[in-house]
Amino acid sequence: MLSTLAIQALTGLASASSLFLVASGLSVIFGVTRVVNFAHGSLCMLGAYLGWSVLSRLPHDPASFAAGVVMASLGVALFGAALEATLLRRLYRAPALLQLLATFAVLLVMQDGVQHIWGPADLPLPRGVWLRSFVPLLGERFPFYDLILIAIGPLVLLALWMVMARTRFGVLLRAATENRDMLSALGVDERFLFTAVFALGAGLAGLGGALSLPENSANLGIDLRVVTDAFVVVVVGGMGSIAGAYLAAVLVGVMQAMGILLLPKASLVLVFVLMALVLVLRPQGVLGQKQTQENDGERFHRVRAAPPWQRIAGLAVVLLALAVGLAGGDFARSVLEEMAIAVLFAASLHVLLGPGGMISFGHAAWFGIGAYAVALTTSTLAAPLPLALLAGVLAAGAVAAIVGLVLVRLSGVSLAMLTLAFAQIAWAVATQWSEVTGGDDGILGIWPPSGLGARLFFLLCLCLSVGGVLLLRRALFAPFGYALRASRDAASRAAASGIDGAKLRLAAFALAGAAAGLAGGLSTFSKGSVFPGSLAIFRSVDALAMVLLGGVQSMVGPVVGALAYTGLFDTLLLASDYWRALLGITLLALILWRPQGLVK
Amino acid sequence: MSLNRRTLLATTGAALTAGALRPAFAAAAAPIRIGEINSYTAIPAFTLPYRKGMELAVAQINADGGVLGRPLELLVRDDAGKPDDTLRLAAELVGEQKVDVLAGGYLSNVGLALSDFALQNKRLFVAGEPLTDALVWQKGNRYTYRLRPSTYMQALMLVEEAAKLPAKTWATVAPNYEYGTSTVKWFKQLLLARRPDVKFVADQLPPLGKIDAGAVVAAIEQAKPQAIFNVTFGADLTNFVRQGNTRGLFDGRAVVSVLSGEPEYLEALGDEAPSDWIVTGYPVVGVTDKANTDFIAAYKAKFNEAPKMGSVVGYSLIKSIAAGIAKSKSTDQDAMAAGFAGAHFATPFGDAMWRAQDHQSTLGTYVGRTALKDGHGVMVNWRYVDGASALPSDDMVKTLRPAG
Amino acid sequence: MSLFSAQNLTKSFGGVAAVRGVSLSVDAGEMVALIGPNGAGKSSCFAMLGGQIAPDRGAIGLDGQPLSGSPLDFARAGVARSFQIAKIFASMSVRENVQTALLAAHRRLWRFWRAADTQAMAEADTLLARVGLSTLAEQDAATLAYGDTKRLELAIALAARPRVLLLDEPTAGMARPERRAAMQLIASLAADGIAVLFTEHDMDAVFGFASRILVMDRGRLVAEGSPAEIAADPVVQAVYLGTPDGSQPRAAGLSAGA
Ligand SMILES: Nc1ncnc2c1ncn2[C@@H]1O[C@H](COP(=O)(O)OP(=O)(O)OP(=O)(O)O)[C@@H](O)[C@H]1O
Ligand SMILES: [Mg+2]
Repeated sequence: MLSTLAIQALTGLASASSLFLVASGLSVIFGVTRVVNFAHGSLCMLGAYLGWSVLSRLPHDPASFAAGVVMASLGVALFGAALEATLLRRLYRAPALLQLLATFAVLLVMQDGVQHIWGPADLPLPRGVWLRSFVPLLGERFPFYDLILIAIGPLVLLALWMVMARTRFGVLLRAATENRDMLSALGVDERFLFTAVFALGAGLAGLGGALSLPENSANLGIDLRVVTDAFVVVVVGGMGSIAGAYLAAVLVGVMQAMGILLLPKASLVLVFVLMALVLVLRPQGVLGQKQTQENDGERFHRVRAAPPWQRIAGLAVVLLALAVGLAGGDFARSVLEEMAIAVLFAASLHVLLGPGGMISFGHAAWFGIGAYAVALTTSTLAAPLPLALLAGVLAAGAVAAIVGLVLVRLSGVSLAMLTLAFAQIAWAVATQWSEVTGGDDGILGIWPPSGLGARLFFLLCLCLSVGGVLLLRRALFAPFGYALRASRDAASRAAASGIDGAKLRLAAFALAGAAAGLAGGLSTFSKGSVFPGSLAIFRSVDALAMVLLGGVQSMVGPVVGALAYTGLFDTLLLASDYWRALLGITLLALILWRPQGLVK
Repeated sequence: MSLNRRTLLATTGAALTAGALRPAFAAAAAPIRIGEINSYTAIPAFTLPYRKGMELAVAQINADGGVLGRPLELLVRDDAGKPDDTLRLAAELVGEQKVDVLAGGYLSNVGLALSDFALQNKRLFVAGEPLTDALVWQKGNRYTYRLRPSTYMQALMLVEEAAKLPAKTWATVAPNYEYGTSTVKWFKQLLLARRPDVKFVADQLPPLGKIDAGAVVAAIEQAKPQAIFNVTFGADLTNFVRQGNTRGLFDGRAVVSVLSGEPEYLEALGDEAPSDWIVTGYPVVGVTDKANTDFIAAYKAKFNEAPKMGSVVGYSLIKSIAAGIAKSKSTDQDAMAAGFAGAHFATPFGDAMWRAQDHQSTLGTYVGRTALKDGHGVMVNWRYVDGASALPSDDMVKTLRPAG
Repeated sequence: MSLFSAQNLTKSFGGVAAVRGVSLSVDAGEMVALIGPNGAGKSSCFAMLGGQIAPDRGAIGLDGQPLSGSPLDFARAGVARSFQIAKIFASMSVRENVQTALLAAHRRLWRFWRAADTQAMAEADTLLARVGLSTLAEQDAATLAYGDTKRLELAIALAARPRVLLLDEPTAGMARPERRAAMQLIASLAADGIAVLFTEHDMDAVFGFASRILVMDRGRLVAEGSPAEIAADPVVQAVYLGTPDGSQPRAAGLSAGA
């Protein structure tokens, strides 16, 4: 048994190396530019594809392999530099969330771009004899290539450390990570430094991608899988800390491998539990520096009630939806229901992002919990529809309140990452606890009772969504919302005036969670089913995109954003095979054109 | 927006069917529209040949005068492997495109979602590839038909071989969703019925498309099974086989593996394709009977490449739909839901039919062993197993299918 | 016994000993100035007196009762304050700022229905009139001139009807005539019976209005007394103008302000 554990640990160490390469790149980029690069997994994927193209043309000996891997890595570094110089550079002054959304758009474009160039099929790299060889170890056959991977991790760590400690570039890097103002004091050309850092990070990601080729074919799923793992590693290790990234990568790699041996059914959830634990106990990560950023110069704009023309327009939209939904066919209704649900979902996130001043990467959690609660109460308890919806609202609100107890103690990126961790835990549970949730098969057949009829359900859906949004709006314009906003605008001023920001934010979490749960519950009935996808990271990003597209400054923003985004999404999804790229490009255009959102 | 979407869709629709429509039809003969949803980007190895198979069948049928005097028109959508997206697309196909028949599906969970949609909306749904039994049994409904041999059938075909092996301890590895769990369940149940002395010592359920192959192989290795039952496919299979080869997992162990003899999966393995695994699949280079060779010739003539298993499934799916509509003499949903039952259709593997009792087709598959030939995996010592022979009795079906 | 007092307050940040054993007391109706050069530890003292940071050592008392805990506890006990860099609620109008503070003082924050900007209006306008912002009530608070921002923060602090008012450089950023008016206003607050403790770099304000002056240097209290006593104190001279041994003055001159 002991030798089995040792073999498994070594296997974990091997995967830790690729993970470390990718995560260290993410960490360096974040440390210097403060950009949370969602497209980092895509850079890794690009490395894998470039590596495949190069390596499958080269002879299968170790020297050619090394040369090919380096070429792929350099190619990705160049690509990263170009990406920084053409796009991200324009966004450094934008709010952090908008940068995240922009890099998400890059992810979408790169998905389709890679698919366009290399095709949708997985590309396994033909393995030369040396890549297939093994060494006898503890009575087992251990892949020789895994040993190489195990060695590469510390080597790259050492190389990075030398660069950091011994070169001027490294000094500047550290200076920028620790104290940004110092940079300009040192008279450094920030632009060059940022481009170089992005190239370095991208090159590391590309290296990780190319090195994973002998074990994993180049495929279109790499980007998302890698980026979530890399987030975990960076958060656990400490944002900006390279040694921390190595430590965390080893921890995560070994834990995953052990999980497969000891807890095969819970393998997905483990890493996110680790991430959540670290964030709760040590928000800055194991080796991270404490970030002191009370309020990173964000400008808050005056919040006013919507002017009359906007109210009339809103009423007109609702009436139009009503007319089209009642007169139109099933499909029109399903599209409208989806839009109504999206509006409520986006509005609930707005409560956190806007007045709450809390970045949430994991809003899908509440949507999904509501959706599953409705499905489960309906399928196992045969609860009638109103009770099921109530259960969805209460379940999501209650879990949000409980998790909120931990969440409200954090702020900024740590908070965002903890919400992400929690959503991923919920997603992993939905995916792997198949006895209850049905796993990837989801829960089917949760249609509204046939007595209700499609039109009546549509009416109900519209009423509850619009009503939910209006209720949220009322709360935000009531003393509660003002106090919440006061605490966001000036936390210490509010506290000195006796406003308990933490408690208010907790309530905001519960409120937003409950509203998102209602949206999720309605979506279960509207689609007749629920799947783990309702909790997935994509869903959270959808919500972010809606709110940011519309603008966080007012309640109208998320509503407009939700309508625009769903409409855009539906149109593109049905219009083109390249809908991802089109969506990404449209998002980028909107971000550059209107960084404050469509509604100012 | 609606107008915008319609125009856009009209263009894509036209592009898809351009090759299928022939001037032979009177302008009045409105086409019969088949709305097909599949995982084109998620599982391209299978679904791209599958799409070609469908196109070949549509072209052949339309050249022969169509069905009920009307041409077939195919509308294709990509679900990206996500059941949520599938439902959105199904609603669009039915609601906006007014398709007469819904068809498709690759992943079993997607298939089940579509089948539930079909029942709720009272629309015919003909599943091609989704293999889970639930589709026709536990969750079977009057609007859902399924073409390929199910998890039960594939497991049964393989158990007949597995039971002959001396191995007493088995490990299983399967993707963690309906298809994987269902296949493992049947394999265990059926094998234990024949060989009560057998023990299952390890079960690995890696998430679909995300296998951590080294760790999974090491975990199976430490259980020291005498034989392995594999249900992974595609990229997971490739990674699993590579790690298994290097780590010697398959040395001296019998391996029984579902679908691994299909060219789309064997090809990806290249010269690392395993030898002597007992598999279900499609020996495309070996078959000599007329139905098969005619199909292969027509396919090669049209696409300039050899067909894969997906091609056979896509082709047969369209044939089975055409036969069902012809027998129903109508595209009314309820007429078709009833009328498909008992319809016979020609496939590259020979004649097959839609069983009335469970809406499962009798299309079979090949069982054989893998071998390495000129650096490529092939199937040898194969035999065709007719689906009809691998299906349970009517009585058993009655207990398995509450919908009747 | 004084209304508000602190004994032996001590605080270091990492290696920096910001405040070292400061004891002070302020009575109702008193107007006490805490002065000292930049970095002397005045704001750090205020942070402890307002509950923003916990002292490493030392105790604070209000009405003879020990006072500790979070800023909320201090606020509820009747300690209000302004910050050296004025903090206001930027997403609100001037009046809404005060309304929010009033709703907090009335413990009416946990209401989810009635619009907040219709509540406590008259009271808010009274406060705004008192600090001289009546004409700007509808304006976006974020667009105020700095002096007006300071005034608004004072109104926010007054909304709590405090017994103790801590003002960290209440007139910084104001022009001379403005500054006088602001100090007169603060003096009137003290006259109403509030215990006022303030810091200032402007010596006219300090010597013209304070009833008592405390002088800090490098974390310690170095002198205490009436304005006349402090003006004559050689220690204070040294602190501001450099020591007789010729080392450089550590702060701008007595009347220059900062
Ligand atoms: N949060 C903190 N972390 C570290 N050091 C601090 C912190 N706050 C204050 N200090 C240090 O404590 C010392 C006292 O600072 P404080 O702000 O209290 O001085 P002050 O008398 O208010 O000065 P000024 O007149 O410039 O406002 C200074 O050396 C300052 O650098
Ligand atoms: Mg100060």
